Amino acid sequence: MNKLSERRALLGRALAFGALGALTGCDYDHPHHPDLADRALRAMSSWNDRVQAALFDPATLAPTYRPDQITRPPRFNAYYDLDQVRVVDGASWKLDLFGAVAEKRPWRLTELRAAPQENQITRLICVEGWRVIGQWGGVPLHWFLRRIGADLRARYVSVRCADGYYSSIDMASALHPQTILALDFLGRPLTPPFGFPVRLRIPTKLGFKNPKSLVALGVTNVDPGGYWEDQGYNWFSGS
Amino acid sequence: MPSPRSRPIHPWPLRLMHWLNALAILTMIGSGWQIYNAAPIFPFSFPTSITIGQWLGAAIAWHLAAMWLLVLNGIAYLAWGVVSGHFRRKLVPPTPRALWRDAMLALRLRLDHRHGVYNAVQRALYLGVIALGVLAVLSGLAVWKPVQLWWLSDVFGGFRASRVVHFLAMAGIVGFLAVHLALVALVPRVLWPMIGGGAAAEDVP
Repeated sequence: MNKLSERRALLGRALAFGALGALTGCDYDHPHHPDLADRALRAMSSWNDRVQAALFDPATLAPTYRPDQITRPPRFNAYYDLDQVRVVDGASWKLDLFGAVAEKRPWRLTELRAAPQENQITRLICVEGWRVIGQWGGVPLHWFLRRIGADLRARYVSVRCADGYYSSIDMASALHPQTILALDFLGRPLTPPFGFPVRLRIPTKLGFKNPKSLVALGVTNVDPGGYWEDQGYNWFSGS
Repeated sequence: MPSPRSRPIHPWPLRLMHWLNALAILTMIGSGWQIYNAAPIFPFSFPTSITIGQWLGAAIAWHLAAMWLLVLNGIAYLAWGVVSGHFRRKLVPPTPRALWRDAMLALRLRLDHRHGVYNAVQRALYLGVIALGVLAVLSGLAVWKPVQLWWLSDVFGGFRASRVVHFLAMAGIVGFLAVHLALVALVPRVLWPMIGGGAAAEDVP
């Protein structure tokens, strides 16, 4: 089910949990008008970001799987339905770079194809609780960040997508060996529903931290937030 | 008869931790049901009128906030239980024979309640729900951190199995709550000592 419509359907429904219900009455419904419970939950979520950053071990790899364990058919998921997927033209597509990056020249798809490639069969866990196993191939993000002269001491890597989606990850996770700019899915170039032409694939975080159809990537010290993160999903969302 | 020293049936640390735990566990269960609904593992969902958090993001925020209260309060309870001698004095695991005898009496509604003394059925239930609480926390950590805590995830048989274990632990705790609340309804005089402490009629050796 479409997440946005699901959420809207739930808005306004009364809660029947006595005092707890009163406390939760307004939680996260209006991100720009937080009530007391919202402020407390935000503070706890920030605390959980710090705990997860401390728990993150750059040397711990996400589990990898055999080809016969791959989930078929693959599962599509986005904040909109399949028929609303934006189709990007690969020939004119470019990846804009911004922020604390030495070489801001945009990258074309052919240049990313010519870069070193990394293949992985890993698990994608959705924040909703389901998981799929897929095969992704592409350019290791740590290689790309060094190649463009990114400030690796900066706190965030921020990405923007063709469909208006956006997200950001911490630098330690960005430099993790399994974090890649995926070009291939299941042994073939990505298709539009799965993020053509380039998707951020990061098996150490939840699915919504794997944005599709990237159009811009930057490095910054100012928290860039994210489409779901700004509505209340935990920002770090590490696995 | 021992000397009538005034000693509460439930000392204040126990009462405080009991109600903090009640708050934490109800928040965890209510928000957990909402999280479950986003990707049910059994062919049913929980009515959203009894869940906490009006959408998945809010439910997760409640769940991952209340987990700190649940875990810190739980650790404090276990430490207090050992140091104060509470476990040694009141929660000795019952023998199967005593459990059978008291269970039969309880089912015939003939089991006497003595303030400050736990019968075999109570001890079995309290020890069981403590174990379920530990299981719920560990399986929950496995669901939350299947990569960083991969060894814990492996203990439960992977991510999806961890979700099932987490759900079953919750179901067990809800089952305990049903019995717990039914017994309070049957013997309402046990409620007040958990609020005000109460005074033991006879001292407990």
